[in-house]
Amino acid sequence: MAIQSEFSTPQSMKRRWRNFKESFIHLLLLVCAGSSVLVTFGVIYTLVSEAMPFFLEVPIKNFLFDTEWTPLFENPQYGIMNLISGTLLTTVIALIIAIPLGTVAAVFLSEYCSNQVREFFKPLLELLAAVPTVVYGYFALLFVTPILQKIIPSLESFNALSAGIVMGIMIIPYVSSLSEDSMRAVPLYLREGSLAMGASKLQTSFKVIVPAAFSGIASAYVLGISRALGETMVVAIAAGLQARLSLNPLQSTQTLTAYIVQVSMGDLPQGSIGYRTIYVSGLVLLLFTLSFNLIGQSIRARMEKKYK
Amino acid sequence: MVKKAEVINLNFSYTDKKVLNSVSLPIYENRITALIGPSGCGKTTLLRCFNRMHDLYGSVKYDGQINLFPDQLNILSKEIDPIEVRMKIGMVFQKPNPFPKSIYENIAYGLRVRGVKKKSFIDEKIEDSLKKAGLWKEVEDRLHTSATALSGGQQQRLCIARALATEPDILLLDEPTSALDPISTAHIEELVTELKNAVTIVMVTHNLHQAARTADFTSFMYLGKMIEFGESSQIFTNPKEQKTENYITGRFG
Ligand SMILES: Nc1ncnc2c1ncn2[C@@H]1O[C@H](COP(=O)(O)OP(=O)(O)OP(=O)(O)O)[C@@H](O)[C@H]1O
Ligand SMILES: [Mg+2]
Repeated sequence: MAIQSEFSTPQSMKRRWRNFKESFIHLLLLVCAGSSVLVTFGVIYTLVSEAMPFFLEVPIKNFLFDTEWTPLFENPQYGIMNLISGTLLTTVIALIIAIPLGTVAAVFLSEYCSNQVREFFKPLLELLAAVPTVVYGYFALLFVTPILQKIIPSLESFNALSAGIVMGIMIIPYVSSLSEDSMRAVPLYLREGSLAMGASKLQTSFKVIVPAAFSGIASAYVLGISRALGETMVVAIAAGLQARLSLNPLQSTQTLTAYIVQVSMGDLPQGSIGYRTIYVSGLVLLLFTLSFNLIGQSIRARMEKKYK
Repeated sequence: MVKKAEVINLNFSYTDKKVLNSVSLPIYENRITALIGPSGCGKTTLLRCFNRMHDLYGSVKYDGQINLFPDQLNILSKEIDPIEVRMKIGMVFQKPNPFPKSIYENIAYGLRVRGVKKKSFIDEKIEDSLKKAGLWKEVEDRLHTSATALSGGQQQRLCIARALATEPDILLLDEPTSALDPISTAHIEELVTELKNAVTIVMVTHNLHQAARTADFTSFMYLGKMIEFGESSQIFTNPKEQKTENYITGRFG
């Protein structure tokens, strides 16, 4: 059978059919990719349009500098910093746990253990991410907090510390999984090059493998940060509902997310200013997540440019 | 001529495949010894015994000795820490493998691993080893840029400089030019010839002209056995063994 040997003319059926198929698939892909962008814009549009009227009534100055966050009280105050401080506090505590432990777990899985050991540990670690967050919330409240109270008697029953720690444990697999993948992708010849220089395994891991895999590891950290910022149940259950402008981890605190669940469970009249604060908090949260993602991306781009 | 090392009755097997069979040969100080032979005859395996690279992977077995002079230290002995062996014996691989760090940090790496902290000393060593590797002029004003942006030939010279910075007793080269173009190859050959004043070199090569041009001694291996060892001039013009003659005249391999 002759393999097609002549060039088909632009008018030929075969070619037109092929072109049609190509453009159809092209369109299909565009719609799929476009829909996720559309959803993102939809979310942003809803948040912004619902939040806008809030700023017509509450001056930005009060929003940023009021010392209280009491939108539902008689004389409401709208100091968003109260919620932001709670969010950042629990996030930082979570990251202090998750980043070192997640990185070390990744180094262990990628550089130190045999395949069998990895097959055993990896699913176990990933199970941490599969536990429902409400379970973590009660684990923090009913198990971790009482233990911590034995060590720190002044710890309140609802507190940022315990919620942050448990949240950190919860996001370890997010940090370790992606980090491990990128470390394992570092080619063998770099390991051999380092070991041949007389480096130990530990030196090779931290001086060659981790830097070489840094762009993947940075993505893992950004993912962990986003998870911690957006986590809701653990903080709503274990950290309390007391918005306050404080970075004291021993007290109760409220995060942006916990505020959203608290208020949306009540029945606020739609369009009221209290109702709008839900969207305002959501918008602030989105801004934080977005800026961390952008920072992460620019760090990664810079690293890649420098050491590619 | 002084012996720098001596391989005695070295046997080596991967899992259940015997790859080196009672190999013995001397390595002379400040000379270049080339290992030649058809693909799969065990050259890389032998070379990697010198720095105990095999210890990184399970399921290998070896016995015999590689004695390092003047201390007559058997570097294959289980009592000797492979890391200490690698501190004394440098290696350059077939494919250039600079770390994804700056040129400066690549060369400083071996020193840092050895606990050297003093910046002036590191700076001095970096300049010195880059000069020895013939790369200084090309990179002196870009020491802090990425090493992976260099050309393949420059990268390989950087890897040589990296190995030289720690002043190894022996430098192992596994087909150091097989991934390079002819000009870079000529460059490296020239460099290797100059380097022998400073360091003892063992080099695996598939390029017989390269062995004849650069090596003082050549050993021909076949199916895991050391068939013939001698001065390169003798091996390439007047081999004693029929198998050697067949190989260098291109009748097999
Ligand atoms: N990791 C390994 N596991 C099992 N067998 C191996 C391994 N590495 C090499 N071998 C086998 O050992 C023999 C010798 O290999 P070696 O790499 O030493 O040969 P070589 O002379 O360097 O060959 P080449 O010229 O192709 O590089 C070959 O038959 C090879 O298939
Ligand atoms: Mg080889």
